[in-house]
Amino acid sequence: MLKTFRKGGVHPAENKFSANAAIVNAEIPKVAHIPLGQHIGAPANPVVKKGDQVKVGQLLAQSSGFVSANIHSSVSGTVAKIDNVIDSSGFSRQSIVINVEGDEWLESISKTDEVIDDLSHTPEDILKKIKEAGIVGLGGATFPSHIKLAPPPGKTAEVLLINGVECEPYLTADHRLMFERGEEMLIGTMLIMKALKVNRGGIGIENNKPDAIKNLTELAKKYDGIDIVPLKVKYPQGGEKQLIKAVINREIPSGALPIEVGAVVHNVATAYAVYEAIQKNKPLFERVVTVTGKSVKNPSNLLVRIGTPTKQLIEAAGGLPSDTGKVVSGGPMMGKSLSTLDTPISKGSSGVLLFREEEAKRRSVEPCIRCSKCVSVCPMGLEPYLLMTLAENQIWDRSEEEKTMDCIECGSCMYTCPADRPLLDYIRLSKASVGKIIRSRNKPV
Amino acid sequence: MNRLLNVSPSPHVSGDYSIKKIMYGVVLALIPALATSIWFFGLGALIVTLVSIASCMLFEFLIQKYIIKVEPTIWDGSAILTGLLLAFNVPSNLPIAIIVIGALIAIGVGKLSFGGLGQNPFNPALVGRVFLLISFPVQMTSWPVSKGILTRYADAITGATPLGVIKEGLKNGEAFSSLMDQIPSHMQLFMGQMGGSLGEISALALLLGFAFMLFRKIITWHIPVFMIATIYIFSGILHLANPTHFADPLFHIVTGGALLGAIYMATDMVTSPMTPKGMAIFAIGIGVITVLIRTFGAYPEGVSFAILIMNAFVPIINRYIKPKRFGEEVSNGR
Repeated sequence: MLKTFRKGGVHPAENKFSANAAIVNAEIPKVAHIPLGQHIGAPANPVVKKGDQVKVGQLLAQSSGFVSANIHSSVSGTVAKIDNVIDSSGFSRQSIVINVEGDEWLESISKTDEVIDDLSHTPEDILKKIKEAGIVGLGGATFPSHIKLAPPPGKTAEVLLINGVECEPYLTADHRLMFERGEEMLIGTMLIMKALKVNRGGIGIENNKPDAIKNLTELAKKYDGIDIVPLKVKYPQGGEKQLIKAVINREIPSGALPIEVGAVVHNVATAYAVYEAIQKNKPLFERVVTVTGKSVKNPSNLLVRIGTPTKQLIEAAGGLPSDTGKVVSGGPMMGKSLSTLDTPISKGSSGVLLFREEEAKRRSVEPCIRCSKCVSVCPMGLEPYLLMTLAENQIWDRSEEEKTMDCIECGSCMYTCPADRPLLDYIRLSKASVGKIIRSRNKPV
Repeated sequence: MNRLLNVSPSPHVSGDYSIKKIMYGVVLALIPALATSIWFFGLGALIVTLVSIASCMLFEFLIQKYIIKVEPTIWDGSAILTGLLLAFNVPSNLPIAIIVIGALIAIGVGKLSFGGLGQNPFNPALVGRVFLLISFPVQMTSWPVSKGILTRYADAITGATPLGVIKEGLKNGEAFSSLMDQIPSHMQLFMGQMGGSLGEISALALLLGFAFMLFRKIITWHIPVFMIATIYIFSGILHLANPTHFADPLFHIVTGGALLGAIYMATDMVTSPMTPKGMAIFAIGIGVITVLIRTFGAYPEGVSFAILIMNAFVPIINRYIKPKRFGEEVSNGR
């Protein structure tokens, strides 16, 4: 019996068309738009100005607070302007626009393809470099990684979990990374374990990636303390809480962080970025992005410089299909739909998904028949139908009692609803409203 | 490369469930029971069923179009299902006019007066059925004797149901074991050879539909299993306490509307609880009330009333029985 999380979950059609497409380098853009806010938290402060010459890997903007992250240049060239650009969140955000000239890297960055398995760094050193390299959670949440590596006082980490689940349909970026750069990823995992001062690491991988599981199981023999844990395919297993439940069978209490149960979770792509930062002195300025869809000519996994416009990746995968009706940044369950194909790739972009016109529109909403499917699939044990009704009627105190803030927005309820009701839309409204009330209540008078 | 793109919040894909698929799935699951009914009761069963479905759809159309003034939804399958279930709960020789009245009450009062699909607290087909039982007690309890497929609609010979025979006999002071000679064997009862409502007779056909609905994930096992188990255990205790005065538990399950109610009526999504624990409470309640009415009440059969009574408790069950939240009780083995 394969491990998995127990409560709820769905199994959407996997559609992993690009699973066998090796990672290839995407073309460097002519103009790069590098957003200052690519992470959860405060946008970084620019340290370059119009007209400055920059090299690949050079710091463009400095972390501006506790929850923030450095931004580095992914290209070499001249800073054209600092301007507002629509990013994948749909909002217009400050970005550094660079006219690309050549591809000149900082000399300190190693360009070697050889695996460097030097594990002699001190925890402080690793932590410092991760922070400097601007590494954030690359699974999509983009939480600055160095914060997760420094447990708050009184809490100790016992185990590091690496999230290789990739439970979102269509996406294969993490899968390819584990298959092609498995050793680097494992060394990255060892480095994070060292920074956390833990000697147990688990890499959870869903069973639909047998080649990655095989590859890593073989490689992991060399690295003490790392277990490869195959998991049953079930969405949303990549959710932090679900992954911890699946792999080490611990449940994070409502409102608490993984460290509460002694766990720290990082994505495989993050572990790979840590490897590059420590061993190659390479800040986070590129990532693997899956470009796929039912009508896409060549579903691909591309290694993309941050700031590359989405449309360039679509061209690289065979061009925009004429029946495209929606373009999503990220996976189909939690990704964000883009309003323009000029949107730059940022640290959190795991995929570019092209939906056909007929897949792009929501079906019409029908009355709730109280079938209770939303309740049975909710991985958090909530009652989505009820939270929606409460939100429609703006009954926020009751919404809070019914744990609306526990919702992880995985979308399983809406996916499964036979009446196609906009459950998650209303729960997001509910979380925003209840969150505001909670914050005002906690504000010191 | 400039196209107008659709923009919406996630999720961007949805499963292949739909209300239509659920409703027509249940209709499909009831086909074996309808076929057995035609086999035992003849064309009358078909006539009653078709009239019931057609009039439910007609009333839904008329009321939605001319009274509520909304787009009629007669093809979403819910009116068809209500019609089918109403027909399954009446004798196969019921006069057409009475069926039509039942359909009007089921759709008009049971469903649309509350706001239509998803809003009704009580099972519409049972509302129609109970209205007819109270208003036309003679016609509603003249059960045609099972004579085979050639039985004609108008001149079916009528007789009592096994439950009726037992009720009457026990009231007259006869022993249960002697009454058993007047009714078919358990095996015959299981196959459906007995008097009774149109669709309730064949346990075998009903169980076939149950398997189909479980397979298609239309319903879960909770309500039918808890309800049948409750009837079995409760009537079993009574039977053990006094075998001459109380019928045996298997008899309670294969006769009357126990299986039809457990599998198709109590599981109606709209009128049943939202959580497995809630469903269990609901189903146990129905089981207990059914046995109470059958053994101590005035009517020989109590499934309809039991379901309607427990329907009324559904909101309060949903209010207090919550699913186990993630991280609610954490032991984590530490």
